Amino acid sequence: MGGFAVAMSLPNLAFMLLGILLGVLIGVLPGLGGANGVAILLPLTFSMNPVAAIIMLSSIYWGALFGGAITSILFNIPGEPWSVATTFDGYPMAQRGHASRALTAAFTSSFVGAMFATLLITFLAPLLARFALKFGPPEYFAIQLLTFCSFVGMSQEAPLKTIASMMFGFALAAVGLDSITGQLRLTFGSTNLLKGFDFLIAVIGLFGIGEILLTVEEGLAFHGRSAKINMKVVWQTWVELLRYWKTFLRSVLVGCWMGITPGGATPASFMSYGLARRMSKEPESFGQGNVEGVVAPETAAHAAGTAALLPMLTLGIPGSPTAAVLLGGLLIWGLQPGPMLFIEHKDFVWGLIASMYLANFVGLLVVLTTVPFWAAILRIPFSVIAPVMIVLCAIGAYTVHSAVFDIAMMLVFGVLGYLLKKLRYPLAPMVLALVLGDKAEEGFRQSMLLSQGQLAIFWSNGLVGGMTGLALILLVWPLVSKLVVSR
Amino acid sequence: MIASRALPSGIKWCWAELGLALFLLGIGGVVMVDSLRVGIGWAADGPRAGYFPFYVGLVLSLVSACIAVRQLLAWAIAHQAQPYMVQAQQLRDLAAVLVPTTLYVASIWVLGIYLPSALLIAYFMWRQGGYRWFVIGLMSIGFSLCCFVVFERWFLAPLPKGPLEHWMGF
Repeated sequence: MGGFAVAMSLPNLAFMLLGILLGVLIGVLPGLGGANGVAILLPLTFSMNPVAAIIMLSSIYWGALFGGAITSILFNIPGEPWSVATTFDGYPMAQRGHASRALTAAFTSSFVGAMFATLLITFLAPLLARFALKFGPPEYFAIQLLTFCSFVGMSQEAPLKTIASMMFGFALAAVGLDSITGQLRLTFGSTNLLKGFDFLIAVIGLFGIGEILLTVEEGLAFHGRSAKINMKVVWQTWVELLRYWKTFLRSVLVGCWMGITPGGATPASFMSYGLARRMSKEPESFGQGNVEGVVAPETAAHAAGTAALLPMLTLGIPGSPTAAVLLGGLLIWGLQPGPMLFIEHKDFVWGLIASMYLANFVGLLVVLTTVPFWAAILRIPFSVIAPVMIVLCAIGAYTVHSAVFDIAMMLVFGVLGYLLKKLRYPLAPMVLALVLGDKAEEGFRQSMLLSQGQLAIFWSNGLVGGMTGLALILLVWPLVSKLVVSR
Repeated sequence: MIASRALPSGIKWCWAELGLALFLLGIGGVVMVDSLRVGIGWAADGPRAGYFPFYVGLVLSLVSACIAVRQLLAWAIAHQAQPYMVQAQQLRDLAAVLVPTTLYVASIWVLGIYLPSALLIAYFMWRQGGYRWFVIGLMSIGFSLCCFVVFERWFLAPLPKGPLEHWMGF
């Protein structure tokens, strides 16, 4: 596979290492999350060549996946939403003095989950890409419909709020110049709104500033446990982990499924934790410091985070908010995700996949050796970290379109993000709608053009009909299940 | 900063839920109105520009209205144990971050990004950290300079500059 040759070139390796380090830092700092961090750094990579850029960005993603566990275990502060479940058993383990064991377990689980998912991508991606060649506009729209409806059907939040969030995202996506007719929509005469709302600004505001506000409000203080990892503990833990091979397998499957369908790493981690507890012989030990309670969510979260890249690359459907940002990046570079990507830009795709394997190994080594360093960073007082993060977010927002207006927009999104999160409106569907809104509308309008206004085109063949049908079922599922339960 | 008598004891869930639902309802309405202006019917070459956004706005309005009605019907019941979404002290903490940040963003227009960034860091370190002036100066100016080097020179991404930078020749 020529991909490895591409990935192993010295500059790309350097970018990978830099990416992983940045990623772990981002994962460790609450407030600077995976999606947000990638969004901030994305415009800076415009001066790099796309292969190097995507390697660095995906390494950042990787690092963030690893980094979230560090603060969860040592500080009981999830650095990322997908590390919340890791705090349940990880922090009690640290409190009992088993921090190194917990950390080793977490990192190894992440490694296993990501490795499995990368293998899955390697073998499934070309098949899926060939399959996707059969897709026309109705099929693309149907799969996006399925994506959004499954958010409603499988979300943990109230379906009404999920729909509202999603529609809000679509509305934001519609602002600006309409690509098909050239008309201005929802700009109200403002030149600033001509280019519409960029999803990067929204992500930085919602996930960056919004998180900072939430952290402030919750009054989180960083009192952490200390931990140093030595090789003896690592070996002992590795031997111990072999016992949990069933948990690994189960979590990997959950993770890959949640990654491929739009769910993402966060729901995957919770689902896996819940399953592990239910299937365990000692469910009461969960929450007290059972190492299985660390293995399950971490494996699933990493499998999901990685698997989310599969539909992103082959179908243009991101399986998670960070994948959505990466998708946006690809589009900006003029690389259209989908089957053509595998044909026209083979070295890009395989270089990326090869770098995922390497980044996984390198990432594991890096985190195992640098834990005390990251723990020290969190001891930097809030009075220094908070303004630094705000400045970085502002810079990130500015560099997208070189517009100061965007910094103001970021702030607005930040306040909105805080409110939406507090009131339990899920942010992921909103971000996805913002990223995919234009494409979804385009798919819909092209389908309508093909069918001359007949909605029936979405049932015209087995594939499209199947997807549309499934989408509608998922949409009404919450309603149906409520009725069934109340009987 | 703000006299504690003037602030309410907090924001209650019921009002926040209703407020946000009404806000979203308003947005939905605005989207629908503007879509009607652009045209929601069929033109010779397919659906008009307002077609898709109109239905988006419609669904948003309907769903937000449902949420608002639900909230009115279940007023204060859902969160009886903890009626406040955010309490006075938390509001003060939030304001302590939001107000300087808003001023920061506003000042970027006039002063560029480097000077306000240094000022923001200095302000936080002084107000919440209680550091000595020497440390504050080092950290805030140092960070700003770092950003300058990293972004302007390394990544070649020009950031907004103000009168101070222009005076220095950049």
